[in-house]
Amino acid sequence: MVKQGVIPDELTKPYWDAANEERLVIQNCSACGRLQHPPARACALCGSGANLEWKETVGRGTIYNYGVVYDCPVASLKEDLPFNLAVIMLEEDPGILFYSHLPGTPVDDVPVGATVEVVFEATANGQKVPEWQVPG
Amino acid sequence: MTTTTPNAPDSMYRSREGMGVWEHRGKVAAVGIGHSPTARRWDGRPETSVGANSIIALRQAIADAGVPPDQVDGIVLVPVTTTGAYWPSDTPVPQDVVNAFNPTDDPLDGIGQLSAEWLLKNMPELTNVKFTMNAPGCMSAAITVAAQAVGDGLTSTCLVLKGWHNLEGRYNHGGISAADAVPGTFAISPGRTLWGAPGCYGTALQFAEYCRKYGKHHDMMAPFMQNSRRNGLLFPEGYWAQHRPEQLLPEDYLTSRWIAKPANLFDNDIPIMASAAYLFTTADRAQDMAQKPVYILGHASSRGTARSITPTLEEIQAETGSTGRKIYESAGITADDLSFENMYDGFAQFHQFHIEGLGYRGMKFGDALDFYQTDISIEGPNPILPSGGNIGSGRSRFWMHTDCIQQIQGRAGARALTGVKPEIGVSGGPMPMGGNFTVWSATPN
Ligand SMILES: [Zn+2]
Repeated sequence: MVKQGVIPDELTKPYWDAANEERLVIQNCSACGRLQHPPARACALCGSGANLEWKETVGRGTIYNYGVVYDCPVASLKEDLPFNLAVIMLEEDPGILFYSHLPGTPVDDVPVGATVEVVFEATANGQKVPEWQVPG
Repeated sequence: MTTTTPNAPDSMYRSREGMGVWEHRGKVAAVGIGHSPTARRWDGRPETSVGANSIIALRQAIADAGVPPDQVDGIVLVPVTTTGAYWPSDTPVPQDVVNAFNPTDDPLDGIGQLSAEWLLKNMPELTNVKFTMNAPGCMSAAITVAAQAVGDGLTSTCLVLKGWHNLEGRYNHGGISAADAVPGTFAISPGRTLWGAPGCYGTALQFAEYCRKYGKHHDMMAPFMQNSRRNGLLFPEGYWAQHRPEQLLPEDYLTSRWIAKPANLFDNDIPIMASAAYLFTTADRAQDMAQKPVYILGHASSRGTARSITPTLEEIQAETGSTGRKIYESAGITADDLSFENMYDGFAQFHQFHIEGLGYRGMKFGDALDFYQTDISIEGPNPILPSGGNIGSGRSRFWMHTDCIQQIQGRAGARALTGVKPEIGVSGGPMPMGGNFTVWSATPN
């Protein structure tokens, strides 16, 4: 599957730059010690905007949930239908979630609860994006 | 949009628990109802535009209430009318449509949006309107704002309006979905771009987790779908009754194609064109009008937020539980007082979140799909969604409000509840994580 390209914007540039270096970073509020994803301009818990830093994760998680997409609005993905679209819970904090197409996992045969590891996949314009795979 | 009409301030919505009984409980009433004809899409004629439809609905609501138009002193409306389709910026508005109406300085008024200014220019009989307010969102928001405005004395005879326009094409398939590259923020969340999630995906996910947690299955939705369509076909104002009078049998539902499994085609919603209007007034003034007043006991709003990219089942249930408590607190009632419910259903797979949050008929989280296997008809003691909602009449997000008013007025026709006496009903939505909810009653207390 070739995903649409990504044009990093000011808010998300550190996330995308790290992805190109094959590192998964997410926002952390150093004032209240809380991880946050998707990125935002301020901490959703304490409201602080000045204490947000980017923290590297270990890049492991579990499959929290999934659906199978059969009809999709994105032109460039239509030839890949149907495909898995899962939600991954980050190992460090299960409240932090990521989308994944679960490359290598058969369609609708998704082991909910299984451990996954982050991998990095090039999108249409070369920008890498974090993806998740069941190891082995 | 050029407009002098303000958006309703946050203070008009009751979005917190602990606010107590609504200060205007039983002092505001719905009296008149008006509906335009429905259509799947706009055919381009002036007389079927969202503006024309809205004028039809408003005039009907005024006439239905038996009020001289010059007594109307307020309008609350939803300015955004799109179902997801936008007028193409490089296409001029057809001249015959422009010429058919008195324009504002925005050529899309009446075609791709609505404003109070446009309505007043095209309804010259409304000579006494002194209060106008926009309620962004759905009819649920407009009802909340109008109820609060009448209670607060900002208007005493107020029209409440929601109109929809729907143009050619499938929504969400153009624009960013067709782009070669998307902004970084959008690429992370929501999942519509890089990830290819259709609109129903988030709800399908929540439904999947719900089924795993409680040992339920998608097939268990079939009786609810069948019942909702049946109710919708008894709703002469609705899209399916007017254009496609087809029952939805379990085998039709269960063999329908997947959109985002476990959500199939019928679990999705069908965008339509239609406008609806109500006439609200004070409980005192309502006594002299042509229809039986339906008193508003309370209103409540949900403003839930997910911590990460999509709401979890746990977050949904926390929010719907809180919404249920807010609804009962505002109206000064308990779940036992509800004769019936009309919570939103577009997507079909979140109706159970709404009614479990309400504790309708003593329901706990995880009970609704079993409840759907019992008698949920309008003839039974436990009616579910007598309006038929989106499933039964198309996506307007106002059928459930109209149905509450009509049931309590005794004007629901073939859809009339016979297994319960319709005394107190609740309607609202749209989303489990965000919406507005109203409690309607046959008596002010
Ligand atoms: Zn913080």
